[in-house]
Amino acid sequence: MWAFIHKLGSPKWFYAISTRLLPWFWAAAAVLLMVGAAWGLAFAPSDYQQGNSFRIIYVHVPAAILAQSCFVALAVAGGIFLVWKIRLADMAATVIAPFGAAMTFLALFSGAVWGVPTWGTWWVWDARLTSMLIQLFLYLGIIALRGAFASRDSGAKAASVLALVGVVNIPIIKYSVEWWNTLHQPATFTLTERPAMPVEMWLPLLVMVLGFYCFFIALTLTRTRSEILRRESAKRWVRELVEGRTGGDTDGL
Amino acid sequence: MQVVEPKTGLAVAVKATVKRDLTLLLRRRGEVLNPLVFFALVITLFPLGISPDTDLLAEIAPGLLWVAALLATQLSLDVLFRGDFDDGSLEQLLLAPQPLPALVLSKVLVHWLLTGLPLAVMAPLLGVMLALPAGSYAVLAVSLALGSASLSLIGAIGAALTVGLARGGVLLSLLVLPLYIPVLIFGAGAVQVAVLGGNAAPHLALLGALLALALMLAPWAIAAALRISING
Repeated sequence: MWAFIHKLGSPKWFYAISTRLLPWFWAAAAVLLMVGAAWGLAFAPSDYQQGNSFRIIYVHVPAAILAQSCFVALAVAGGIFLVWKIRLADMAATVIAPFGAAMTFLALFSGAVWGVPTWGTWWVWDARLTSMLIQLFLYLGIIALRGAFASRDSGAKAASVLALVGVVNIPIIKYSVEWWNTLHQPATFTLTERPAMPVEMWLPLLVMVLGFYCFFIALTLTRTRSEILRRESAKRWVRELVEGRTGGDTDGL
Repeated sequence: MQVVEPKTGLAVAVKATVKRDLTLLLRRRGEVLNPLVFFALVITLFPLGISPDTDLLAEIAPGLLWVAALLATQLSLDVLFRGDFDDGSLEQLLLAPQPLPALVLSKVLVHWLLTGLPLAVMAPLLGVMLALPAGSYAVLAVSLALGSASLSLIGAIGAALTVGLARGGVLLSLLVLPLYIPVLIFGAGAVQVAVLGGNAAPHLALLGALLALALMLAPWAIAAALRISING
């Protein structure tokens, strides 16, 4: 068990295994996103109240779910890095943070676009919009803090501490903001209840959510691999890999 | 022959830290007064920027007072560890045999005593200037006293993370202000409820709960952040 975890933490091993996994995740992401988008945007029935404008949930909901998952992933990676000093966790955290920020922005933006036909305004100070906005600021703070340190190791540790502080605070922020004001409809998906939407509507949504997750995993793997190559550029296996590549041997890439 | 051991208990260390910080800060009174002057100035700006109409001001006074007090606390954070970092006494604190979370907690306590508490005492005075309705002054002071303690604790995490950076000021606001939002909501909410004649106790209880949580978790985060800032 421990040997496996140590192996998993080794950049070289991770690079090798991700080479094999990566095409599968990219393929799954492409298929799921295309199927979900076509199904949701063209074939799902339109809403009896909101008409076709409801279709933006096929982007909005997956983005919002990913925005929150990314923060948890960021905090878990930060915790692993702080406790076990596994550098790979920090490399993953480095690439997850901008992706999470982008997803948070996408959720906010698509929400605003959807708000115009539905609520008649681009922005309302509603609980979930506001807590999403605060989450965006938390992401930006983590990214900025990492960049502010001259030494990469200090920046990584500081960003990990802040991610952990943030993940403790997010539920508190969420509930306090909800207490403060609520206009947003309740969550579309919960694990405990059957969705109120008809099957034709939520199935494409589920496909889109899975597609977003596959896309997230594929992108994180790809970017972590480049991060490994950059940080470990002095290691022999990286040199051999890169030199082998320039020499015309593309095996394993 | 009896050997007299030097006193190294936790209580002694905490008392010494509190005394040292209090002495240092009281010798630089200007630094203690700055947040209070800032608080008064910001509150003066709002009627000039919005309207001198007392009805309107009374309605928005709870929020204005809380936001201004929060910003005043935030601005005072940068000096919390800066002086000790510059003269090396922060390293001594890290090397001390006593647990670091307890020692930083005593530093934060001093910060609250000389920033949060004076702000809470001063707030009712500014409330009068904003025509805050009678009957909400006690709640305003109590909510600020409770809330600013949480603000000091949460803010100290950010201050500890940025103390090693040459220009951490703006970054500190970016890190700390989002984390202040729950305290702001319940603090301003308590005053709002008191203005409307309701019972502010639930809001105050929630502020107390936030403080309890911050007291429990923040010292460890501050200590970890200080170790990162010093050791890299």
